[in-house]
Amino acid sequence: MADQSLSATLPPLAAAGPVFGLPPLPYGAGDLKPVLSAETLQIHHGKHHARYVETLNHLLSDRPDAPRTLEAVVRAAQADGERGLFNNAAQAWNHAFFWESMRSKTSRPGGLLAGAIASAFGDVDALGRRFIAEGTGHFGSGWVWLVARGDALDVISTHDAGSPIVEEGVTPLLSCDIWEHAYYIDHRQDRAGWLTIWWSMLANWHFADRQYGAALGHGEPWRYPAPRAA
Amino acid sequence: MAFSLPPLPFDRAALEPVLSAESFDYHHGKHHKAYVDKVNGWIEEKGLEGKSLVEVIRLAKDRNDRALANQAGQIWNHDFFWQGLAPEGSTRPSDKLARLIEASFGGQDGLVEKMAEAAVGHFGSGWAWLVLAGDALKVTSLHDGDTPLSLENVKPLLTLDVWEHAYYIDYRNERPRFAKTVLGKVVNWDFVSQNIEQDSIAKADQLVDA
Repeated sequence: MADQSLSATLPPLAAAGPVFGLPPLPYGAGDLKPVLSAETLQIHHGKHHARYVETLNHLLSDRPDAPRTLEAVVRAAQADGERGLFNNAAQAWNHAFFWESMRSKTSRPGGLLAGAIASAFGDVDALGRRFIAEGTGHFGSGWVWLVARGDALDVISTHDAGSPIVEEGVTPLLSCDIWEHAYYIDHRQDRAGWLTIWWSMLANWHFADRQYGAALGHGEPWRYPAPRAA
Repeated sequence: MAFSLPPLPFDRAALEPVLSAESFDYHHGKHHKAYVDKVNGWIEEKGLEGKSLVEVIRLAKDRNDRALANQAGQIWNHDFFWQGLAPEGSTRPSDKLARLIEASFGGQDGLVEKMAEAAVGHFGSGWAWLVLAGDALKVTSLHDGDTPLSLENVKPLLTLDVWEHAYYIDYRNERPRFAKTVLGKVVNWDFVSQNIEQDSIAKADQLVDA
């Protein structure tokens, strides 16, 4: 498994386009137990995420003019209706953002974000119920997001590889993966159970605080690691 | 008044080791059942009394009721999928089906390869399909809860579920191995052969019973 994930980060031979890496998990594969097993994280990161990055690099390998950030690749693919490129680029981005959205010890939102949550949803628990309901009601594969449009918060879901970064002025704060591969090993068909325990045990509010700060103009939002130039 | 969960047409352990009893407990007992329960909860609200499942799928499309089309479509898709499976070696293609497979794919291995390719190439959740179009066999795939009822002038013959819940218990992320193994070993060729001669869409239809 380690060999496979390593090989996925290697550039295709003679790549003329940018070569994106597979960002390592920001924690150990066993650190999110018991919500997520090491097996889940190894397959999800080392197989699914690695495969998207590998396919993305393959699709970019003959494109010397491709944008030099993954965010720009995702937006351009969406604008040009390049489905295959969009799916793999957006899944590479969404997964890396998802890893950042989790932490082995959850906390509570900081002052600024807590205030915005209070005015939009009442309190964090009400936001949690909204987030869980959005993900439970989403048919098929996709993602649930807490996003900021300017300073206003919203909960949305995107389908398949859909990503909020294609929308101007939207900053994602947190994301939970609701593709079945994200939860089937540990939670089987119980998507509501997965979202509930994810929300209460894994949501990374330190990350969400920083993202919300960026949405307000303080600092930069999280970005996918820069590619190695061809 | 309710639609029912059609029973599996084989014992839940009959396809082991290709598909485990545990995977059927979840796939049939949880996923398929959840679609049936969901639609049954809508019968009064959406005026589905006295309808057949196929009628419900068609009216959902006419009403542009995405949620109903998805849930009702998944009841039909799963029922059709179960009927297309059988214990290894228990069935074989009719002479007519064998000739069609030969003409379209050069043989059974070619068909399995082509259909597995459609299964693996499908992004996200959905279904790989073998259909009869005119007098030729064709392979295609449909997304999420879509059904071949939406395809013009084709007759569905066989399907493979490529939602991740179909293979994650037994094959984890390995969709290619799942597709090749299921299609290569446990297809109900009697069902596929009969579908060429019969109204195959009706095979997974049912009436809301009183």
